[in-house]
Amino acid sequence: MNTESKKALFEPLVENNPIIVQILGICSALAITNKLAPALTMSIALTAVVVGSNVAISAIRHHIPNSIRIIVQMTIIASLVILVDQILRAYAPEISKQLSVFVGLIITNCIVLGRAEAFAMKNPVWPSLLDGLGQGLGYSAILILLATFRELFGFGSLLGHQVLPLSSEGGWYVPNSMLPLAPAAFFLVALIIWGVRSWKKEQVEEADYRIQVVHRTEP
Amino acid sequence: MEHYVNLAIKALFVENLALSFFLGMCTFLAISKKVETAFGLGVAVIVVQMITVPINNLLHNYLLKAGALSWAGLPEVDLSFLGLIVFIGMIAAIVQILEMFLDRYVPALYNALGIFLPLITVNCAILGGTLFMVERSYTFGESVVYGFASGAGWALAIVLLAAIREKLKYSDVPDGLQGLGITFLTSGLIAMAFMAFSGIQL
Repeated sequence: MNTESKKALFEPLVENNPIIVQILGICSALAITNKLAPALTMSIALTAVVVGSNVAISAIRHHIPNSIRIIVQMTIIASLVILVDQILRAYAPEISKQLSVFVGLIITNCIVLGRAEAFAMKNPVWPSLLDGLGQGLGYSAILILLATFRELFGFGSLLGHQVLPLSSEGGWYVPNSMLPLAPAAFFLVALIIWGVRSWKKEQVEEADYRIQVVHRTEP
Repeated sequence: MEHYVNLAIKALFVENLALSFFLGMCTFLAISKKVETAFGLGVAVIVVQMITVPINNLLHNYLLKAGALSWAGLPEVDLSFLGLIVFIGMIAAIVQILEMFLDRYVPALYNALGIFLPLITVNCAILGGTLFMVERSYTFGESVVYGFASGAGWALAIVLLAAIREKLKYSDVPDGLQGLGITFLTSGLIAMAFMAFSGIQL
C-alpha cells in the first residue's frame, strides 16, 4: 500500500477524527453508545453507507449537474440507508429495535454528506473508497471506545456477558448508574477530546480572551 | 386537552431532542457561540418542525403505512420501506419552499433566518422528529403538538447553551478543553439539569 492510501485510511483515526476533530456525526455517537452491541452494529452500518455513497457518487461525479448535486447525493444516501435498515430489520430485529430512529438518521449524519461533498465529488473511485473506509473507521473507533467504557462500568457487562459480578447478584461490583444516562456521554467525549488534545497539541483551539496577571504598583 | 399538554411538556423537557436524544448536535455545538444567532436558528427549527412533522404524518398515514392506500383501492400495498426517502425529500422541499416564500413575502424574517434555513435540511432534529412521530404512531393532532413542542425544546436547549457560552469565554479553561471540550462538558451539565424533569406527569 502506498503512503497516499495509508494516509486516507489511518489519518481519520486520531489526527483528523470525524467526531472529535471535525465535530461531525456526533448525534449517534452519543445516543447509542450505552451498550456495545448496538454501537458495533451502528459502526458497521455507517461505514457501509459512507463507503457505498462515496463510491457511487465518485463514479457518477462527472454526470451530476452542480445545481442539483445535494439532492442527487441525498437520494443516493437515502437509498443506501433504506437498504441497511431493511437488512437490519430482517436479520437483527432486536438490535434494529434498540437503535430505533438512529439508523434512519444516518441520512442526515454529516459525515456521509460531508465526505460526499468534500471528497467523492472531486476524486476517482478507489481513493474515495479508501477515504470512506478511513472515515468510517475513525467514527467506529470513538463509538467502540465510548460503548466499551459505558457498558463495562455502567452495567458490568460486555456485549451482554457479565464481566464484573454485580453486587445485587452477590458479586462485588456496584455499577455506576450515571454512565448509561445521557449526560455521561457528553462528559466522556469531553474527556476523550481533552486526552487527545493533550497528546496532539496542534489541535488546541485558540481562546477568545487571554487571562493575564496585571502588575499594579499600588497595594 | 390534558393529553396534549402532557405530550407537549414531555417533548419540551423530559424527552428534549437535543439533550436526551442528542439530535441536531452538529449545529447545536457549532452555532451556539452567540445568543442572538442561536435564537434565530431556534426559531427556524420551530417553524420547520411545525410544518414538516404534520405533513409527514399525513404522508405516512395516507400513502406509506401498510394498508394506507385503501382509499385508492389498493388495500394490500405496503410502502413503508420508502419512508426515509419520502420524508427527507419532503423536508428538503419544504425548506426550499419556505425559503422562497419568506424571501418574497416576509423579507425581514428572511434576512434574520436566511443563512440558517438551508442548514436545517441536514439537521437531524428535523428528520428525528418525523421518525419519532412514525415510531410512536401519533395522530394528526398529536403530531402538530409534538412538532411544535419538540422544536421549542431544541430551541430552548440551544439558547441556554449559547447564554452560558457567552459568559464562559471570559473564564480560564485548560488548554485541551478550550472550545469544543468545555462545550461538551457544559451541555452535559445542562442535560443533567434537564434530567430533573423526568417523571413529570400531568
